[in-house]
Amino acid sequence: MGAGAAAAGAGSAFGGAVAAAGPDPNIVPVPEWTKMLGAGVNANPYGKPSVFEKDVVRREVDWLTASHESSVSFTPLYALDGVITPNGLCFVRHHGGEAEIDPDKYRLMIHGMVDRPLVFTLEDIKRMPGRVNRAYFLECAANSGMEWRGAQLNGCQFTHGMIHNVFYTGVPLKTLLDMAGVNPKGKWVLAEGADAAVMTRSIPLEKAMQDCLVAFAMNGEALRPEQGYPVRLVVPGWEGNMWVKWLRRLKVGDQPWQQREETSKYTDLLADGRSRRFTFVMDAKSVVTSPSPQAPLKLKGPNVMSGIAWSGRGTIRRVDVSLDGGRNWTTARIEGPAMPMAMTRFYLDFDWSGQELMVQSRAMDDSGYVQPTKAELRAVRGTNSIYHNNGIQTWLVRGNGETENVEVG
Amino acid sequence: SAPVIGLGRTALPEEIAAWNIDVRPDGEGLPAGAGSVRRGEDLFLQNCATCHGEFGEGAGRWPVLAGGRGTLQSDRPEKTIGSFWPYASTVFDYVRRAMPFGNNQSLTADDTYAIVAYLLNLNDLVPEDYVLSKDNFPKVELPNQPNFFDDDRETAEKAFWKNDPCMADCAGAVHVTARAQVLNVTPDADPPK
Repeated sequence: MGAGAAAAGAGSAFGGAVAAAGPDPNIVPVPEWTKMLGAGVNANPYGKPSVFEKDVVRREVDWLTASHESSVSFTPLYALDGVITPNGLCFVRHHGGEAEIDPDKYRLMIHGMVDRPLVFTLEDIKRMPGRVNRAYFLECAANSGMEWRGAQLNGCQFTHGMIHNVFYTGVPLKTLLDMAGVNPKGKWVLAEGADAAVMTRSIPLEKAMQDCLVAFAMNGEALRPEQGYPVRLVVPGWEGNMWVKWLRRLKVGDQPWQQREETSKYTDLLADGRSRRFTFVMDAKSVVTSPSPQAPLKLKGPNVMSGIAWSGRGTIRRVDVSLDGGRNWTTARIEGPAMPMAMTRFYLDFDWSGQELMVQSRAMDDSGYVQPTKAELRAVRGTNSIYHNNGIQTWLVRGNGETENVEVG
Repeated sequence: SAPVIGLGRTALPEEIAAWNIDVRPDGEGLPAGAGSVRRGEDLFLQNCATCHGEFGEGAGRWPVLAGGRGTLQSDRPEKTIGSFWPYASTVFDYVRRAMPFGNNQSLTADDTYAIVAYLLNLNDLVPEDYVLSKDNFPKVELPNQPNFFDDDRETAEKAFWKNDPCMADCAGAVHVTARAQVLNVTPDADPPK
């Protein structure tokens, strides 16, 4: 950014344009891309982002896990806007690597406490009546988990990037369960994946019948392989681990199965040594994505604070933003759709004079839940519960615009 | 509601048997078979110890499977089968389902009983001459089972539901108390090669 542009930025805070010292070389002479033909319409049969966006990618934190196959990558939230996560940037959590399944060989089985155990092909699922389109966030239970003990990772990609929000196309799980005929004594459904982790979770039948989906498309196209191609489970508002990918089996039973992912993992150890289990819902949460450590402020004057909010308990009703570490709050502007259990975008247009800021956001949902501070959460849970950290994030913006993950008290 | 006609077909018993390998705490799903601690030790050394250590102590960042009793209230809890897991059935189910990592579902029912017996022995829960079987499995109790309880956020965290959170002059002086840059463990900005 040249000095002229910086001056123009500062000047515009007062509503007036500043005269340039001379002609902008990006205007005079005519740019190369205006004089020469560009690539043809099918140079990229499946289009990619601009080469100038090459840094906007998923990232991994090597020290977090013992293997790349049971690990996680993070959505680059700092560079995204709106509410829909591009398919190729949706964070990935595998427990046994990415299964590559031939859709012709895909099978889904329903059995257990049902009248008719059934096997479906992918074509069967695509021929089912009552297809729906729904946007939901999928947040890993461990999102922000590395921050329980204090500020650790420097960027919202790493502190909050185990989340994505896409439009799913599929059929209600209820449709399939009704076809099989659930026994009145059935209370739980075991969902299982076909990958090398053979991931299993026990889901209450009530939730399965209420709003879960068997999805085969995301954002209008087939599921990405890393998101469970050809079929995954959608469990709105609930922790991402339950959204079983490469879904191959649904078993109805009268009690939970106490599988590894609901005993050893995805249980929440409290300070007194006891542990919560079946903590399914993801509570209301938000984060300012810009400014943030990977998206520092560049210019004084007008700036747009941008962020996301979501709640597994319903629809985001309001987001408040603080510039002084939580002493004073301003209600932000929610822009675009605010749908239940889906990512919601908020903005605060503000003027920055170069002063130090302690930026926070605080989400409220229509159940009346208000996003707590990390200190409030720790007072109830201690620091070893790993999962479900929805505490308020603070970004320290310095006078030069550099931004850091901090905690305040 | 009436089932949709013409979609799906009846699952055959042998198809259900092929995938229906889950085991519950009450023993439902356990296959016929048995295995001793001694045989489990041999199998563990051949198939598991590279990652989990000869005594379940864990190699590198791979999971620790034994020890850690009495650490759950400490600053750094060690959550193992013996110190944390509520049910032995989960060990059997998970080992047969997804271990060894990278050579999954290669263990027979007897192999799995033996490895689970060895893991119980490593956690000081059964003696060295113990033989685990379908019959005595439901009698095995893990020490931390009573310490799990269902999600109670709606009562324990009821204070987080409030109509009018503070908007002005909410806190005293605010200071930075922790900084991520001090740790310096964030990956570089360069995209992956």
